[in-house]
This record gives sequence, C-alpha cells and structure tokens, in this order.
Amino acid sequence: MAEPFTMFTSRIVPLPAENVDTDQIVPARYLKVTDKAGLGDALFRDWRFEEDGSLKDPPFILDQPGMAGRRILLVGDNFGAGSSREHAPWALTAWGVRAILSTSYADIFRSNSLKNGVLPIVVDAPTHAHLFALLAADPDAELTIDLAEQGILLPDGSTIDFDIDPFAKRMILAGTDELGYLLSKEADIGAWETAHPPRIDSLAGAR
Amino acid sequence: MTADAPRTIVEKIWTDHVVTQDPGAPAVLAVDLHLVHEVTSPQAFSGLRARGIGVRRPGQTVATADHSIPTTDRSLGFLDAMALAQVNQLEANCAEFGIPLHGIGDPAQGIVHVIGPQLGLTQPGMTIVCGDSHTSTHGAFGALAFGIGTSEVEMVLATQTLLQRDPKTYEVRVDGRLTPGVSAKDIILALIARIGVGGGTGHVFEYTGDAIRALTMEQRMTVCNMSIEGGARAGLIAPDDTTFAYLHGRPHAPAGAAWEDAVARWRLLPTDDGATYDKTIAIDADTLEPMVTYGTNPGMGIPITSRVPFPADQADPGQRRALERALEYMDLQPGQPILGQKVDVVFVGSCTNGRISDLRLAASVLRDRHVADGVRLMVVPGSDEVKREAEREGLSEIFKAAGAEWREAGCSMCIAMNGDQLRPGQYAVSTSNRNFEGRQGKGGRTFLASPLTAAASAIAGVVADPRRLAGIEAIAAVGGR
Repeated sequence: MAEPFTMFTSRIVPLPAENVDTDQIVPARYLKVTDKAGLGDALFRDWRFEEDGSLKDPPFILDQPGMAGRRILLVGDNFGAGSSREHAPWALTAWGVRAILSTSYADIFRSNSLKNGVLPIVVDAPTHAHLFALLAADPDAELTIDLAEQGILLPDGSTIDFDIDPFAKRMILAGTDELGYLLSKEADIGAWETAHPPRIDSLAGAR
Repeated sequence: MTADAPRTIVEKIWTDHVVTQDPGAPAVLAVDLHLVHEVTSPQAFSGLRARGIGVRRPGQTVATADHSIPTTDRSLGFLDAMALAQVNQLEANCAEFGIPLHGIGDPAQGIVHVIGPQLGLTQPGMTIVCGDSHTSTHGAFGALAFGIGTSEVEMVLATQTLLQRDPKTYEVRVDGRLTPGVSAKDIILALIARIGVGGGTGHVFEYTGDAIRALTMEQRMTVCNMSIEGGARAGLIAPDDTTFAYLHGRPHAPAGAAWEDAVARWRLLPTDDGATYDKTIAIDADTLEPMVTYGTNPGMGIPITSRVPFPADQADPGQRRALERALEYMDLQPGQPILGQKVDVVFVGSCTNGRISDLRLAASVLRDRHVADGVRLMVVPGSDEVKREAEREGLSEIFKAAGAEWREAGCSMCIAMNGDQLRPGQYAVSTSNRNFEGRQGKGGRTFLASPLTAAASAIAGVVADPRRLAGIEAIAAVGGR
C-alpha cells in the first residue's frame, strides 16, 4: 500500500524529452532486485552517471543544484513508453517524485504509477507549454497539487483543473490498495468461477 | 447496446470476462491465463506473504525463467550472482505457492511468450496477462492479452482478476500481398513508423485484412508482439482455420469432443459485420518494403532503401529535438542511406522473432554463405523446443557453418540483462523489438529489422536488403507454421 496522497507544494524538475521509455527511467540491469527499495540511484542511471559512477558533466537535470527534494516532474508527451517494469515508479518514488505533469503517458506506466501513489496528471498542450514557459521564467516556481479538488495552484494564484479517473482518485487519496478492493469481491469472483470453469489446467501437465 | 448489436472481438472477450463492476469503478476482469517470469514477480510473491494469502488459481498460472538467464552452455551456470538469486527466488516462490515452473533444464523452458503458444496454453477468447509488455504476442490467437505491472501480478496471483477500464478499439487493416523478402516484422514496423510509439495509447489493435489472414501463426505473433511499441497494450487477430490448425494436438489444447466444442465457440469470436472501431488505419501490403529503424524508438523506422531523415524537416519542435538526439546517439548523418551502414553484431532471437520459422528464414539466407569478417552473429532460439527442432532440422549446423553462435534459449540480447550485450558504440541489426538507448547494452546502437534483413546484413557486414539475395523467392517461401 502506498501512503495516502495529501496536498503538497513543490518546485518542479523539467524534463522536456518526448517518448521517454522505461528503459531510460530504470535500465534493465537494475531489474535483478527482488525487492522494491533502493532504486533511487538507478533512476535515469545512464543519463546521470558515467561508467565509473561519477556524475555526468554537466550533470543531468536531477543532479543539478537545487533539484534534490523536488516532488513534481514536468515531462514530454508519452512518458513511460515501452517495458511494463514497475521499477520505474519505484525508482521515481525512491527519488521523491509524487506527481508528474505531461500531455500523455504510456498505459502501463500510468497504471503502475497510480498503484504506487505517484499521480500522473494529464494537461492539454497549451497548459503544458505554459508550464514550461513558467519554469523558463522562474526555475524555482512552485506548484501546489490538490488532488481532492483536482487542481494545480500556480504561483500567480490561478488554478489549472485536471481530470482523473474517479476510482483512481479515491484509491490514491486513501493510500492505494486495489488488491484489498479486489479481495472484497471474493463472493462475486467465486460465483463467476463456478459459472465459468477454467479453460486450462496448467497443473495437469502435458498429455 | 442491445444483445444483437454488432460487436468487435475485443468487446466480446471483454464482456465474457467482466466479473462485476461497481458504479464509477473499473471492471473486475477475470483472467484465464497468468504467465510469470523471474524479473517482475518476486515483489508480488512478497506481497502475498505479507498479507498471508496464497495463489488463488495455480492451475491457471505458469512460470518460466527467461529474462536474466545465461544463454551459454547450461552446464556453465550463472556468472551473475544477482540473476542466479532471482531465478532461485522464482523456484522457491513457485514451490511455495504450487505454481508449475518450466525452469532451466525443463524441456518446456523458453521465453514466456514463445512457450505459451507452444504448449497450447494460449487459446482464442482468453484473457491472458503477464508482467511483461510483450504479452500482446498472445493476441495472435484471438486472445485479449496484455502486459501488467508487478502490483497487478500480485492482484492476479491473489484473485485471478484485475481492475480494468474497457479499452478503445483500433482497426489496423492490412490488405494486399507482401512481396518476397518483406515479412510480418515489416508490417508492424511500418505501422509503428506511421502512427508513432504513442499512436495506440488507450486502444487495443485488431489486425484485419487479406495480408493478415495470409500470415502463419508465428508471423501473426510477430505482428501482435510489437503492438505495445505502437502504444497499444494489446493487439489481436480474430481466430480462423490457421489458428485452429496450429493449436490442434498441442499439450494443453482441448482434445476429442472438447476440441469440437471449443472450435465451435471460437468461431463466434470474430468481429461482427457492421461493428465499429474507435479508430482505423489502412496499410497496403503490396507497397511495403523491408523496414529498418535508424533511431532510438521503434517508431523511428524507414523503408530500407530510404535515407535517414533530416531534423530540419520536422515541423514539431519536440520531434525535431528527439530526432537530433537520436541521430547523435546513433552517430548517423541526416540524409545518409541506411543501406550500407556498418554492422558489428547481428542478433536473431527474442519473443518477436525467435521461433522456428524465424530461424528457418535466417538459415535459408545463411545456407552455404558465411558471416562477414568482423561481424558477430548470435542466434538464440526462443525456447528449448525451438532449439531442439532447429537441431533436428539441421538449422543449427547451417548457423555454425556460417560462423554464427548457436546459443541456449532465453531473452538474451533483446533486454541484455544476462551479459549478452553490445559494447558501447557497436551497431547491431536485431530481430528484437526495442531500439531504445542502451537497450541492448549501454552505448549500443540497434537497428530493428526482420530475420531476413538481419541474416542478409550478417553476410554483407552492413545493413543489406534481403530482396537483393539470389533466390529470394525460394528463401522467403521457407517458414511454415
């Protein structure tokens, strides 16, 4: 279960590249772990570090002065494409990210993020451009993310409304536990199974 | 919608599997088959232990080890202690929770998306999930099959269900006839080049049309496999006699009277006349060329006789920057022909193109020929069964005589978790599915292409057009299944 999502205010890490794939977010060689912890240093590993583990020069955006502790990522279209690895949101949360702003996300990444208390907010293209312009003018601009009200509060006091799946909203506000919800459907699942015998039996082995 | 309103195959499978749905909530969707592998499952099993619950339907669950295992001689064992620990963890988890495992040494071991169909576990009308984005492969049988994250793996282990919103549908109609040397891989690379890597987001592709109907099952799997590279979580092809002929007699396929019943049920699955899709696109198979990617996502693909595009020609600034960055990473010049580009490594394998018909095509190119000096050709069968069949047919001898490495089954250099990888700066022609930065090894550069193009390039030592091979008609006719 993720921590319940509460309203917060943060500066922003801008990452304008489009179609950022999950192989960049966490390279495959970091997928040999058997737990979820400790992936913060794997986040964007090959964009951040040289072979010997030293930071790139100039440093990647995450490692530039003042970026540590920021909880909002502003990213390009179709963020999280490719592999289904949930290590991507695990690494993002380990680094401290709690909300992402983009024009769109890859389906599996979006789903994985919601299950880990990371809020993937979709904004339209003009708003997206406006946010990048805001950061260009003031790299330390702060946003307040209010999920309950589905609003992003800007430094000038204006608010951007955003849509979110109502079920996902309920889950993430409460501290996501979709499995708990599914387990509460035990009676329905049992009834469905009685009416629909399994189509295969992998335990039966080969004939 | 009334009971007899025309429906797509996706709507039919979806409706058949909705267990229940609360107002405003996603559907609770029943899962018929859950495939499990070593990389995306350990945290899910830990989650079950933490809650003190078991696996609800072990008989609808199958595990294999494929992603991080070595493809060198099995007797040599693992060099990577973390990979070994992960595979050991899978074995322990499967033993504890009663899940059948086709691990190393099991004759049914192989890439998860190769063994499901091979064992007859993958069947029309099913819902199939796996913690792997290439689960879309199983859509070739008319199943609704999609990749899930590890939290969802845990949910399916615990409840044999998932929470899902109903997907939108996207018809990809491919009419006409492929010319010799152009194959299923080229269809899917052409689609992704047209719609981009996010073009199918939120949708399920249904591939239709004469050119799709004419494909064998293994070719259909190649097409469906890369649906995710077009942004679609799933892609499927309605079942037909080709599907039934492939399935008949497989270990887990229905038999006897149950087979007849199943086929009768499966014949009801295809999309009804008059059903509508949320989106459609048409592709003309006659005009397709072999495709090759030049950039760092699968949408950056061109017909093999074309030139690398110019960033300056991109109207959208984001796409222009992406192309500039990709060409810098690939060290390619705008406007250069892709044909003739030097190649260091050729990889034939993966869940996209590691099946027996893929190996037959590669072998038919390599027969009585030799890999170019300085080129490393790796041939990695998709499963142990594919390996045995290739050896029985003598394909392995053709590969070895041509100077190729003939390896054990696994994901290998497609994901490069197991030490099979490019060195920084190397160029590879790869039959796999992703050309992302570093995907096949940090600093490695990937050209995605078909097995025919890969084999032709291995001989030439540069990106080469398989249509220029002597006897391409006969070569391309090899395959079957």
